Amino acid sequence: MAVPSRQGISMLRYVLRRLLTAIPTLFVIVTIAFFLMRVAPGGPFNQEKGLNPVIKANLERVFHLDEPLWRQYLYYLQNLLQGDFGPSYNLPDFTVGGLLYDGLKVSAELGGYALALALILGTALGVVAALNQNRGSDYAVVALATAGSTIPTFVIAPLFQLFFALTLHWFPVGGWGGGAFSHKVGPVLTLMLPQLAIVARLMRGSMIESLHAHHIRTARALGLSDYSVVIRHALRGALLPIISYAGPAAAALLTGSVIVETIFQIPGIGRYFVDGALNRDYTLVMGTVVLIAIFTVLFNLIVDILYAVIDPRVRYD
Amino acid sequence: MNMNFKSWLVGTTMLVMGTTGAFAEVVFNRGNSADPESLDPHKTSTVYEAHILRDLFMGLTIHNAKAEVEPGAAESWTISPDGKVYTFKLRAGATWSDGSPVTANDFVFSWQRICDPATAAEYAYMLAPVMNAEDVTAGKKKPDELGVKAVDDMTFEVTLNAPTPYFLEMLTHQATYPVSKANVEAKGADFVKPGNLVSNGAYTLAEFVPNDHVKAVKNPKFYDAANVKIDVVNYIPTEDRSTAMKRFEAGELDSNDDIPTEQLTDLKAKFGDQVHLGPYLGTYYYVYKINKAPWNDVKLRHAISQAIDRDYLAEKVWQNTMIPAYSFVPPGISGYETRTTEYAEMSQIDREDAAKKVLADLGYGPDKPLKMEIRYNTSENHKNTAVAIQEQLKPLGVEVTLLNTDTKTHYGHLEQHGDFDVARAGWIADYKDPSNFLDLCKTGAGNNYSEYSSKEYDDFLAAGAAAASPEERMKNLSDAEAVGVARDLCVLPLLYYGFHTVVSSKLKGWEDNVMDVHPTRFLSKE
Repeated sequence: MAVPSRQGISMLRYVLRRLLTAIPTLFVIVTIAFFLMRVAPGGPFNQEKGLNPVIKANLERVFHLDEPLWRQYLYYLQNLLQGDFGPSYNLPDFTVGGLLYDGLKVSAELGGYALALALILGTALGVVAALNQNRGSDYAVVALATAGSTIPTFVIAPLFQLFFALTLHWFPVGGWGGGAFSHKVGPVLTLMLPQLAIVARLMRGSMIESLHAHHIRTARALGLSDYSVVIRHALRGALLPIISYAGPAAAALLTGSVIVETIFQIPGIGRYFVDGALNRDYTLVMGTVVLIAIFTVLFNLIVDILYAVIDPRVRYD
Repeated sequence: MNMNFKSWLVGTTMLVMGTTGAFAEVVFNRGNSADPESLDPHKTSTVYEAHILRDLFMGLTIHNAKAEVEPGAAESWTISPDGKVYTFKLRAGATWSDGSPVTANDFVFSWQRICDPATAAEYAYMLAPVMNAEDVTAGKKKPDELGVKAVDDMTFEVTLNAPTPYFLEMLTHQATYPVSKANVEAKGADFVKPGNLVSNGAYTLAEFVPNDHVKAVKNPKFYDAANVKIDVVNYIPTEDRSTAMKRFEAGELDSNDDIPTEQLTDLKAKFGDQVHLGPYLGTYYYVYKINKAPWNDVKLRHAISQAIDRDYLAEKVWQNTMIPAYSFVPPGISGYETRTTEYAEMSQIDREDAAKKVLADLGYGPDKPLKMEIRYNTSENHKNTAVAIQEQLKPLGVEVTLLNTDTKTHYGHLEQHGDFDVARAGWIADYKDPSNFLDLCKTGAGNNYSEYSSKEYDDFLAAGAAAASPEERMKNLSDAEAVGVARDLCVLPLLYYGFHTVVSSKLKGWEDNVMDVHPTRFLSKE
């Protein structure tokens, strides 16, 4: 077995330290979310057909909602530590853990494809634009980026359905279809487009800056090939803003989008966040909050590690 | 054993296919506005759940394609001369989907289960007419004191508090459906999961993926399986109505229980008679805060009511998918005479003149305008309705402000009797009976948001409940409506609901009815 390098050990120590500091962060998020949720008026059992008080009392007893808030909070923490997110109030046939697990598989798959495509295509487009600054292909990329980030997804999605599903019959209008490829195209493209726009714009800007840097001029002066200058030297530095953008973007994309999931009628977790809040499904909202918090913490950590890999100036201590 | 089971399964499947004469599976993709909260019939409350449970389970009585009551799990019944004891003879040969017989003990178990406070069933009150049901739900009596009895395996006896003419109609509701005692006891809370759920209806549960679909497949053990023509039903939650219309157009859905009403003209042009519209047993209404000035003045309540142009609301805001309402109980319940406010037949111009006069008499004018806030829950249509009313009341010098909150906040506020002037509400009948509406204005009733309280009204309802004949009962209920609604406006009726659905021309056997009930077992698809 190879002896870990000094760099490797300090990195491991860094990761562990970051993970440990994540625990109090999550605790604060859970606490704030728990009490904020309860400040909202109404409760899970208020609805158009009001419940008679006896029945409402029965329901609240079954779900421990009749106990003092601090005790409910302790119950929740205790269950959470055991990995139990509790039952859903509005979908009692399911546990919150089960709902999130099944939903996350769908959302993360769509979000993952969208993110990967946005990063690859966006980087490529950004580089092409930067290399052809103020020429036709540059303007085309800038126009695409502007359109992508200004047209909202709730416009793109129905347009996709009208054109590709109802007119051309290439893809279905909506539904998950058990995860069939044709059902994923629309949601992935819709999720990808705004990200692609941002990545392309970021990449173009940072690449232009990078191409004007001193070390690039030096590299060119030394007679290195165009390929080597652009890919090995300029791109490496230019990627940093993309990576710091990709972290939070990944956390957001992988945890689903309520708009895309509603319009394409897809069983992801994006809808649970909004539906849960509107239904005062306390446990479901808490579950999604915890999940998104974990993703955000995790991806920020990954970004920091990648930073160090790409930029030798960054140290772990 | 395993092989035997397999070959048996293949055999039965072949048999079923043979009798239906088709080898291709007939699949019905049924758009349903929302997902079920649960598939445990005792833990459900919405019409979306009712659509699914009606296919999975069978109550003592059922609704046929026209929503008329027919024998279901009970083959026949007798009613005692005093109208209080019902003896049901269960259907011979009817079984659960696991092959075991449906017995009277299953019904006893199920009815005790829904009333048991530990079940915390939202619809436990459906069984209120049954002796001791309310006390059991309130925890004052034990579940085994409920007025139900298994005389023998095939005879189920129910004792009621009082004669309840709508009892047989009520038994079509999912709250009264049986669950298999053996299965619930064996599987516990997981009995409701696909693969575990045992049911006695024409279909059995195959899959439930929230926000995606509920899949039910034909139950080969169903007593009338030979006449069930659709093999698979997928109930698809169609929260986004515009997408639902596109999916219907693309053939991904065969029907949907809702349409975006603002697109009605276009949809009619596109889908023709596949768009179904008609009256539905429900009322869209406002309530005044009656125990607070100035709304304690019945003259003022009527003045505002008269000044609202309901024809405009129905035509322009709701595109004729709703019907102007002047009574709380919608028309369509046989034997019941609906009692409307006296200005129901007047022209809108005359009504406005009368309203102006009342407001002037009460001292309201340009220097002392009447201020009124309308509270409503989030929905494009609720907002448009409130805005239209705001505009209609403006010429009368009434200053209307609007307050929108989400549904939970809205009903939480109303239930806790928070302060308001006028608030929106709606009621869809659980079963075809006027008492289902009129009970909402009873003193102290849970949904009596206006906090209306009138001894005269309560007395008419009590007289109706104790009436010897159905005619006398309906007469008393009708008189109650004349007092509480037409005279006192315990609610301010605005519109009767209408159903608005799209149904593919490939689906046969779809009969429009006031309950908007369409059991899949009576449908077929070309």
